[in-house]
Amino acid sequence: MTAATIARQPGRTGLYVRAFWGLMLRDARVLLREFVPFVLRTIMNPLLFTFVFTYVFPKIGASITPGGLTKVSFATVIAPGLMAVAIFFQGIAAVALPLATELGGTREIEDRVMAPLPVSMVALEKVIWSGLQSIIAAAVVLPMILLVSAEPVSISVASWPMLIVTVLLAALVAGYLGLVIGTVVKPKQIGLIFSLVVVPVTFLGCTYYPWQQLSSIRWLQIVCLINPLVYVSEGLRTALTPEIPHMPVIAVLSALLVLLAGLGTLGTWLFMRRVID
Amino acid sequence: MAPDSSHLSLDLRDVVKRYAPDAPNAVDHIDLAVSHGEIFGLLGPNGAGKTTTIGIATTRVRPTSGTVFVTGVNVRAHPSVAKRHIGVVTQFNTLDRACTVEENLYFHGRFFGMPRRSAHARAQSLLTSFGIGDRGRTMVAELSGGLARRTQLACALMHHPQVLFLDEPTTGLDPQARIALWESVRNLRAAEGMAVVLTTHYIEEADALCDRVAVMNNGKVLVCDTPDQIKRDSGDGVLVTLRLRHANPALAEQLRALDGVGAVDPDDDVIRVHVIAGDGVVPHVVALAGADLRDLVVAEPSLETAFIALTGRALVP
Repeated sequence: MTAATIARQPGRTGLYVRAFWGLMLRDARVLLREFVPFVLRTIMNPLLFTFVFTYVFPKIGASITPGGLTKVSFATVIAPGLMAVAIFFQGIAAVALPLATELGGTREIEDRVMAPLPVSMVALEKVIWSGLQSIIAAAVVLPMILLVSAEPVSISVASWPMLIVTVLLAALVAGYLGLVIGTVVKPKQIGLIFSLVVVPVTFLGCTYYPWQQLSSIRWLQIVCLINPLVYVSEGLRTALTPEIPHMPVIAVLSALLVLLAGLGTLGTWLFMRRVID
Repeated sequence: MAPDSSHLSLDLRDVVKRYAPDAPNAVDHIDLAVSHGEIFGLLGPNGAGKTTTIGIATTRVRPTSGTVFVTGVNVRAHPSVAKRHIGVVTQFNTLDRACTVEENLYFHGRFFGMPRRSAHARAQSLLTSFGIGDRGRTMVAELSGGLARRTQLACALMHHPQVLFLDEPTTGLDPQARIALWESVRNLRAAEGMAVVLTTHYIEEADALCDRVAVMNNGKVLVCDTPDQIKRDSGDGVLVTLRLRHANPALAEQLRALDGVGAVDPDDDVIRVHVIAGDGVVPHVVALAGADLRDLVVAEPSLETAFIALTGRALVP
């Protein structure tokens, strides 16, 4: 039996691909076991937000409309932003939360690190898997906004390539940011770090207002450029609600690519340092 | 230049590991060769460099210098290929807490490219042979220490490794579980023909289980041979353990000055004395201890006496 198994050894690429697939299967199994908490975590925040601001507020006559945007509903303004938040935090949480525990106290990442593929690909698998969850999250949040809002939501895909590229880049950037957080932060502090990061990044991520409207608060418009979520929100606005003023496509894409390269290199390096002495 | 090492399961050549530029060598110019089907022990106190040595052999620690081959594969140049041939049981419970016992084995098999059906089949047969066939659906977090260790061992075997590394495999286990694990390791070697490399700080474990033992201290291999040969080479001496009424450093000094006495290792109110030349020395030792003596044990040559002869201190966990 041993001899037969060894004789069927694949080439190196085959070895990596099969190990990578095995890691994906493991993550899929774990996600399926916790599918209900996953869905709840994904929809709770945007559901409540949409409900209060696009259903309750219009009904009680307390409607919000950003200045100069009288033609569109508030729901139209925040829909891309809520999608961006869903992608971003699903991506970060899906990597950072389990990784902090697996690398910290229990070192239960051990068996996966000993799988026959380069250690950097173990990190890549985490990021790709979280990216898939991000995309699911985005796909769940958008129809929910359309369903809940009492106001008309004028969303149409103005550019499929822009939508796809933005979602993919955002999902990977979020995953690698999660990798950085998960390797640096101790398991006990992860909850704290998470709430410290989530709230400011969400509120200052051009999720509830378009970036160009910030021109009347010039300092904030400049400061929030360090927030990666800004580029995701603006990229989705470009793709979904073109009538709202948005950041130039080239700025969005180059910022996301720079973030991906930077966070990808940093996250992979930190991960390697944690698992190999 | 480099001789072929494919006939060896593990081949370490002049391996050095220094964790920081100004730190002492954690592993200090080690050479080891382990043959197929051999049970090989690294014996030494905590901090001797055993775990680092295993880490280097299993791709997890980058050596500062030196070369390592596992079944002829250069570990540093081709870590992913080397991992194909390695099974590792770590010192701590590193099983995947998000999965059941069976899933830990099953996914391990999938990582190594086993198809679904055969991964399930092998997982079940391994669990059965380790006496935990009925625990497949238990979540790992609910296992006792002994069962977790058995699960780890079963998991490491899923992909038919040619070299199995066990880091302190019986630390934290009760004596019964320890003996059961020794039995498993012996059976494995017989059934699968793999080489087993284990670290331990239990002398009796090295003595009972290992074909050959490398005694390590301060990152160096002091001696590497069969347990019997190590005992013989350490002389015909005996180990005299003196239990005193209170600690007595002056007595240790007097004992050291005695003719026929080798290493003297005082530890609180216990002094271990390695008596090299047998005849008539033990009465002198007893006479020197005098009224302080509470109890006395004289042990025949063992790995423990050999260890004291080699390192000047006892190996007490």
